[in-house]
Amino acid sequence: MAEKLVVIGAGMASGRMLEELFATAPGAHEVTLFGAEPRGNYNRIMLSPVLSGEKTYDEIVTHDAAWYAANGVTCRFGEPVTGIDRARRVVVSATGETPYDRLVIATGSAPFIIPVPGHALPGVLTYRDLDDTEAMIAAAAKPGARAVVIGGGLLGLEAAAGLRLRGMEVTVLHLMPHLMERQLDPAAGYLLQKELETRGIRIHTRANTHEIVGRERVEAVRLDDGTEYPADIVVMAVGIRPDTGLAKAAGLACGRGLHVDDRMITSDGSILAVGECVEHRGQCYGLVAPLYEMAKVAAKTLAGEPAEYAGSVTSTKLKVTGVDLFSAGDFAEGDDREEIVFRDPARGVYKRLVIRDQRIIGAVMYGDTADGAWFFGLLKDAADIAEMRDTLIFGPAYAGGAPLDPMAAVAALPDEAEICGCNGVCKSTITEAIAGGAGSLDAVRAGTRASASCGSCTGLVEQLLAASLGDAYAAPAARPVCGCTDLTHEDVRRLIKARALKSMPAVMQECGWRTSCGCHVCRPALNYYLLADWPLDYADDPQSRFVNERNHANIQKDGTYSVVPRMWGGITTPGELRAIADAAEKFAVPTVKVTGGQRIDLLGVAKEDLPAIWADLNAAGLVSGHAYAKGLRTVKTCVGTDHCRFGTQDSTGLGVAIEKRMWGAWTPHKVKMAVSGCPRNCAEATCKDVGVICVDSGFEVGVAGAAGMDLRETEPLGKTATAAEAIELIVAFVQLYREQAKYLDRPYKWVAKVGLDWVREQVVDDLENRRALVARFDLSQRVFQKDPWAERATPETEARWRPLADLTLEAAE
Amino acid sequence: MSGWIDIGALADIPVRGARVIRTPAGCVAVFRTAGDEVFALDDRCPHRGGPLSEGIVHGRSVTCPLHNRVFAFETGAAERPEEGRVATYPARIEGGRVLIDAAHLARRTAA
Repeated sequence: MAEKLVVIGAGMASGRMLEELFATAPGAHEVTLFGAEPRGNYNRIMLSPVLSGEKTYDEIVTHDAAWYAANGVTCRFGEPVTGIDRARRVVVSATGETPYDRLVIATGSAPFIIPVPGHALPGVLTYRDLDDTEAMIAAAAKPGARAVVIGGGLLGLEAAAGLRLRGMEVTVLHLMPHLMERQLDPAAGYLLQKELETRGIRIHTRANTHEIVGRERVEAVRLDDGTEYPADIVVMAVGIRPDTGLAKAAGLACGRGLHVDDRMITSDGSILAVGECVEHRGQCYGLVAPLYEMAKVAAKTLAGEPAEYAGSVTSTKLKVTGVDLFSAGDFAEGDDREEIVFRDPARGVYKRLVIRDQRIIGAVMYGDTADGAWFFGLLKDAADIAEMRDTLIFGPAYAGGAPLDPMAAVAALPDEAEICGCNGVCKSTITEAIAGGAGSLDAVRAGTRASASCGSCTGLVEQLLAASLGDAYAAPAARPVCGCTDLTHEDVRRLIKARALKSMPAVMQECGWRTSCGCHVCRPALNYYLLADWPLDYADDPQSRFVNERNHANIQKDGTYSVVPRMWGGITTPGELRAIADAAEKFAVPTVKVTGGQRIDLLGVAKEDLPAIWADLNAAGLVSGHAYAKGLRTVKTCVGTDHCRFGTQDSTGLGVAIEKRMWGAWTPHKVKMAVSGCPRNCAEATCKDVGVICVDSGFEVGVAGAAGMDLRETEPLGKTATAAEAIELIVAFVQLYREQAKYLDRPYKWVAKVGLDWVREQVVDDLENRRALVARFDLSQRVFQKDPWAERATPETEARWRPLADLTLEAAE
Repeated sequence: MSGWIDIGALADIPVRGARVIRTPAGCVAVFRTAGDEVFALDDRCPHRGGPLSEGIVHGRSVTCPLHNRVFAFETGAAERPEEGRVATYPARIEGGRVLIDAAHLARRTAA
């Protein structure tokens, strides 16, 4: 007699299992199939092409009524199972009880809904089944309709692309800094974002949904930062979780998913489970390949044949037409692993292989995924790639080929081979220039423009120089930023501006970084360059800052911090001094010191006390003195005409005005200023980065002084008649320094490189340019002139300064 | 003391950043990488005692904020040519929570 087999869930996993079962043991089972949806099994992964209009529902049906009939399956579609009585071996549904000998649970997963206010409004959709897809298609039919997709993962992006193709205005909100962070590293995430943006999809990363706004139905989505996106529909695609409701109610062992063993049997020997509802060896799966592997094992178990499921290695491809993206395995970095990275900025191609013990353990590819399957095969087989390692990244076409000597390779190139893609320069043009006397990289650049744009062919041009000139060619001593790139700071700054690179992944991709997330040398520099060049577009990255700028205090050798409030021009009041004294006593500050910059330093404050001490100082009107910043530190002054019998101008007033205008600005290195009221120079203005000496006829502005590792006297930049003009000149000078200098070059080093004459041309002679520099400085100040202490001394942020957990009590037992 | 202790939410540790947990034998730094992995190491550079939790995190390593020594998360070893090593402790993520192995921590306390 045929065994009574009941299957709950008519999705892809159970569909494949039944196919396998009927092939392995035909006629051995009498199958009843329950499905919550009023239809049979269809290819759920192909819903995206249905949404985009590239396929119809009929095209994605995998099992039609005829197939179920031919295999004797009793279909109970649209009839959700409400309970399982394991003792009596029956399942309960609307029409009564159905007995089983064995039961298969394949309830799949349910979309996760973020419980923000408004999540239950009509117009909030998930993206799971055909009904969801049809609701989205209906919404897109309205002209000018707008959709907000919450979630920039696989599903969310497919929904966004489909809705966009249907003519909707689409915005994707993603909590993390880059798209598909589970499958992609930041570089590939950046390329994907760029591609989707060119299709007219707006992407907002680091977006924390605050509320879904609407009365009767959805009207807009509001973020924590106050941004609001109008919406006719909101698609929640933030993730799925195994649907284990029935299994749990029936008392089956569940964790995140329904526990199964290697034969797909649950904690009840007569109940099996397959698909997304399952947790196997601690792992839940949401991709189709593992579900099919489970289905095969479950079918064999039902048929009484031995089979074991050992877990799956998964790979991902995004199903958006025209976007080539592939990811598989583990692609995090690590000490025990090495990576091979290939970037072709011009074609938008990025490939990265992660290798451990001569085996591929992870692969991410963007733009050219043709070799994805081959790499995935090597990954799954754990194949030893030592032999073909040198050419591995180029795919199977080169596998096993002899590794090339780069010099031999460049020498073997035909004369017409293009070396510089940006400027269309071929090899013979370069070799002729070299033969004509161009003996250095700069000379070749000047003569042919080769490598003068993106610079990614610099290495090839240098090889041509070396091949042509032999020992006569000495490679230039240009110092790259760090080991992550061959480009110099100057190259990187130029490329950031020229190519409008506005994020760190953008710079790393377009400039061909060799590491996936940089290092402690390049990241602070890039963070500075980006925020200096794109103040309105770039979001400051605290994790790419050194400790002092991240914590807004100076770390001391014992791990405590120093706190220095700003004293404008060195002027203070009894009230401020009282607040400083109170704070010093309240927080038991061990050392109170007067600094060389005319302010007071509280040394030895514990990290977790910082927000509280800031709050106390803020309450007295004191703000951060940025004593820790690559930015404006102090403007030291003398008392000037207010009190001094020699004073010629109001030096204190000018110092205060400069400090009020310029505080909060980030610069390549720290900037110290001073204003002296007469040539006796009591404020020591002649050894500052910017120093003003007041005279009867006006203000002498000097720059590029130093009194640290080097000792330099300032050089005269210009003389102005009014204080207002002196301020404009100083602001323009600092902005030029902000835009041009290498990170960690003080102004004197930078001026020595570019020449004071050039600086004068820019800010003294060219008045239009001076005004433009001042305007750019002021624009940046609108973003950055905020007291960082006040922003952080709040109840919400202050927890971040405390330990995450305190185990001293528990462990003392 | 045995088993895994829940020390907080993953979301409370910044990506490419760290938070510290206080233990009887000093602080332990819990790092979070760009790929959302967590690692726990002693929060004390063997060179001059710098708090590693305040360093810049890149790949699976951190640079000490005081004198730029680089330590690998998996082994705790300083990058060549420097010498030295900090202790590491098993840590993992479950359901958005960060767990740390209490047994290893306890051994640290005893030692």
